[in-house]
Amino acid sequence: MIPELGEFALILALSFSFILAVIPLYGAATLNTLWMDYAKPLAKAQFTFLLISFICLGYAFASDDFSVQYVANHSNSQLPIQFKLSAIWGGHEGSQLLWAFILSGWTLAVSLFSRGLPLDMLARVLGVMGIIATGFISFLLWTSSPFLRYLPRFPADGADLNPLLQDFGLIVHPPMLYMGYVGFSVAFSFAIAALLSGRLDAAWARWSRPWTNVAWAFLGAGITLGSWWAYYELGWGGWWFWDPVENASLMPWLVGTALLHSLAVTEKRGVFKSWTLLLAIFAFSLSLLGTFLVRSGVLTSVHAFASDPERGFFILVLLLLTIGGSLTLYAFKAPNVKSESSFGWLSREMLLLVNNVFLVVMAITVLLGTLYPLLIDALGAGKISVGPPYFNALFVPIMSLLALSMGISGAARWRQTSMSGLKKQLLIPAIISLVVGSIFPFIYGDGFNFRVFLGITISTWVIATTLKEFKDKFRNATSMTAKLSQLTPSYYGMMLAHMGVAVVAIGITLVSVYSEERDMRMAPGDKIELADYQFEFQGAKKVTGENFTADEGTIVVTLEGEPVVTLYPQKRHYTVKRSMMTEASIDAGLFRDLYLAMGEPLGDGGAWAIRVHYKPYVRWLWLGGLLMALGGLLTVFDKRYRSKSLTEVAHA
Amino acid sequence: MPRLLLFIPLTLFIALSFFLWKGLSIDPRELPSALIDKPFPEFEVAALLQPERILTKADFIGSPVLVNVWATWCPSCRQEHEQLLRIAQENKIAIIGLNYKDERAAAMNWLQELGNPYVFNIYDESGMLGLDLGVYGAPETYLLDAQGLIRYRHVGVVTGKTWQELQVMIQNLEGNP
Repeated sequence: MIPELGEFALILALSFSFILAVIPLYGAATLNTLWMDYAKPLAKAQFTFLLISFICLGYAFASDDFSVQYVANHSNSQLPIQFKLSAIWGGHEGSQLLWAFILSGWTLAVSLFSRGLPLDMLARVLGVMGIIATGFISFLLWTSSPFLRYLPRFPADGADLNPLLQDFGLIVHPPMLYMGYVGFSVAFSFAIAALLSGRLDAAWARWSRPWTNVAWAFLGAGITLGSWWAYYELGWGGWWFWDPVENASLMPWLVGTALLHSLAVTEKRGVFKSWTLLLAIFAFSLSLLGTFLVRSGVLTSVHAFASDPERGFFILVLLLLTIGGSLTLYAFKAPNVKSESSFGWLSREMLLLVNNVFLVVMAITVLLGTLYPLLIDALGAGKISVGPPYFNALFVPIMSLLALSMGISGAARWRQTSMSGLKKQLLIPAIISLVVGSIFPFIYGDGFNFRVFLGITISTWVIATTLKEFKDKFRNATSMTAKLSQLTPSYYGMMLAHMGVAVVAIGITLVSVYSEERDMRMAPGDKIELADYQFEFQGAKKVTGENFTADEGTIVVTLEGEPVVTLYPQKRHYTVKRSMMTEASIDAGLFRDLYLAMGEPLGDGGAWAIRVHYKPYVRWLWLGGLLMALGGLLTVFDKRYRSKSLTEVAHA
Repeated sequence: MPRLLLFIPLTLFIALSFFLWKGLSIDPRELPSALIDKPFPEFEVAALLQPERILTKADFIGSPVLVNVWATWCPSCRQEHEQLLRIAQENKIAIIGLNYKDERAAAMNWLQELGNPYVFNIYDESGMLGLDLGVYGAPETYLLDAQGLIRYRHVGVVTGKTWQELQVMIQNLEGNP
């Protein structure tokens, strides 16, 4: 009964989103206020019914209703309750439901926090979001309903959730990622609404900015969480694989980064309008493309969810309609008039444009690497695969150039900057970063290393130029505290995010160059040394968890005779899925992780293959990612987004 | 003229969707290899562990073998490695490694670290042999009969279940050669 209610609620949600896609847009086109007024209540109704549907699926999982196919395939009565609930998005159908649910959540948020928006703009934005929702809910109902039953005979118990996914990381990673993916639909809808209405002024950019920043922050946090999850859960200490699914999340993030900077320029200076519009369309298109790549099975990937050509076809049609439609609209209606203001060759506008181009080139590089095997295959030219060597070879130089111009654009002025002014601004940061970059490999490592030099120099460059710019703000300030409170949350957010970039760069550089690992046969009592730490294996014993049994090793770690920590890595056997999992045990630290994983038992003497990793600065990767995300969120607290909208209400 | 430029994104997207549409009709998991029942391509490539030894097709003709495509940059290869070690222990069929677009030092390290299930490894640094074979991505596993004809291709991780299926095929090969 409950699952049928869920399906029924989904059908109702589809009806509401269809009406939302038609009525307000038609109202906006014919200036019919009554019809435009329907947008808000329709957004609420759509959200309510998707919420009901979502709760129904959650209930089916919590109550072990194995007559529901999706539950039977992704859960088990022995599964701990928090994983039963996160299993809602542990497979294709449920994660699409989550996608639609989050989309309705964003639609609701736009309808609630839009006091300053003119009615026709709001009606158009919500209407466009309604079109997207109509497409996705239809996709759910026709090709991937999570509520299908096994009737009359259904399995007594479920097939269990993939053990890789039975983890805290899975509880939070997909919702975060989807918040980001789907969040770009707001910026997209604003862009389409602006194109439809023809009102491409600074106000449009100002409305889009907070939404874009939040979506970007969520996406960044989602990617960070995914990388962290892969690190501790896959059992061999890697943190990025250039896997198609990872690439699918990185591309919209890169374009999103370009978009939020471009929006800032459009709002402040009224230039780059067409480019900003195009980026808004691209960011969401890449999110959709990511969905297509993951769900259709055109690419093989370690994330291999069930994939199915029929679903792929449906998503491809959705892609064609949304992206093709919006690009057609763009081609006909994008402004092609001269900008409101002019700027010189050496100006902040120009430098931001250059950064934008770097980001987009990087996104295209990733896109090509991801699709290349498919393109070659479709051309009948054979089958090839693109590995991390390709991505690394292009990522490092492009990102280094980006970091370089990041520092310069912070120091440049709007409109026109003089070369001598820039030199004066940047000379000290340049010297500092070159010195730090050159010395660092000698102090931390055991000699010069070009990769470390490059990584540390550009990170220091980003930090030094950001701090210099911050310091210059105080040049004419009379009081320190007054100035500190005068700076806006947007400004602090930007600082935080830019620092995050440097922190990530430091993490990537040091963990790539200075990691050490060893694989050893260890009998109880054996000791090994790695990076000054001593590891003593004290044997393994059997332990049992709720739905697995495991061999658990005990390893005492000491540093120069002083005890540091005792680690307990496990080799788990999940009884229902009959699969083995390596559960690494990690001693995390700001400057280094000790990472231990159990391999295979070797012989009868209680010996095991043990893998020991020493990972310097690996935490900085995720710390930096979180700093960027926090920076993005902070900008939303800027008063001007609220006060401006309030004053507009007052004027209206 | 500038208006025409605004059509560029649309044109590119249409071209891209054409490829995506073509891609849908190709199932990467079951790609019935164009080489099924055809001879394994000829090659002359150095061995991974003994760079001075040159391997050719003649090195694995005479009995059925599994050719496993792997690389150190491939996370799924790590996942299937334990299963390969178990197959090697059962001693029913020889596994030949095709180390694909990899670095020699890293690959040697990997084998030392995780164990070596392979009789020998072909070091296909440039990926040319992989190209001839139609490798889509690592890991992939090919079953060859005693004459060196490709009889089956498996894309993705070799699991316990895959091994069961492979065993049936191997028995059939030995039953009616």
